[in-house]
Amino acid sequence: MSDPMRIRAQVQGSGAVVRVLMAHEMETGLRKDAAGKTIPAWHITEVTAALNGKTVLTAQWGTAIAKNPFTEFVVKGAKAGDRITIAWVDNRGDRRSDEAVIA
Amino acid sequence: MTPRARPLLAAALLAALLAAAGAAPAQTSTADGIAQYRALLADGNPADLWEAKGEALWKQKRGPKNASLEACDLGRGPGVVKGAFVALPRFFADTGRVQDLESRLLTCLQAQQGFDAAAIAATPFGQGEQLNIESLVTYIAAESRGMTFELPQAHAEERRMFEAGKKIFFFRGGPYDFACASCHGETGKRIRLQDLPNLTANPGDGVGIAAWPAYRVSSGELWSMQRRLNDCYRQQRFPYPGYASDATIALGVYMGVQARGAASVAPAIKR
Repeated sequence: MSDPMRIRAQVQGSGAVVRVLMAHEMETGLRKDAAGKTIPAWHITEVTAALNGKTVLTAQWGTAIAKNPFTEFVVKGAKAGDRITIAWVDNRGDRRSDEAVIA
Repeated sequence: MTPRARPLLAAALLAALLAAAGAAPAQTSTADGIAQYRALLADGNPADLWEAKGEALWKQKRGPKNASLEACDLGRGPGVVKGAFVALPRFFADTGRVQDLESRLLTCLQAQQGFDAAAIAATPFGQGEQLNIESLVTYIAAESRGMTFELPQAHAEERRMFEAGKKIFFFRGGPYDFACASCHGETGKRIRLQDLPNLTANPGDGVGIAAWPAYRVSSGELWSMQRRLNDCYRQQRFPYPGYASDATIALGVYMGVQARGAASVAPAIKR
């Protein structure tokens, strides 16, 4: 079971700045454990952001993204009170979706 | 190189030097560069994730006794979290000893929730119940963010621990003949790009004890003060101190009392 994301969204100018912190191991599949066995790859493959249910951003992620990744983006035309939903899918098929209201 | 070529080379070198000197004011110093890098990282400090998890763990009913930690006394009364971090380690009458945050949590995990404290102390960092302690200390430290360190020294046992901590801090030994003071005894020293706080005096706001627990970017781990000290001893090539042992608590008292009046930024972010 994955841990919740931390989403902060604030109006700035004619849009909103969204900052997201995700809890994920982001294993590259290149590391080895203490016994010398390869630790299998386990990372987020796709991130989507939606404003009031309408997709505004999709990103394809891979092994180059850090553990516990932080991402920041601007949504044009977003207003205070709008709902922003962030969702990710990882290569094991696990998914997580969290929501925040723009302040 | 022919003798004739030399003046030419010298002229070229001089020109290069002059150019470098002219460009110098536009460059930022290394320290500024590091500060800028840290500021960029701090905006999305993943310690927030541990903080949120710790808050949930504090309130969640768990363990053999199926109880929450909300009856746990961290020194400011049962269940009071705010301000507890900046007054630890301190003397606790119920256990009859000076305890830091981690050792006090062990007491609470056993007393309130029925966990085996000795088994948790023997668990390696980053595994099992130790993972939950990481989250709990992050939450508890974050509740005191911005507050200043005021360790009590009224009890004789607290003063004794301060003296013991001071002794341990300056104790030289091991294959490298190292003491904590070898690295942390002078102002303005660093190891590669890491500034070393002078812990024999008050290191100031958000430095030393006022910065741990912290998220380590390089390893993606959350380190409590216990883990920080454990790694300091590894670097000194000393035997590892016991988890939440009196020696580590005494060092906490020594550093905490020295830092009186310094504001806490914990949970911080480190390289």
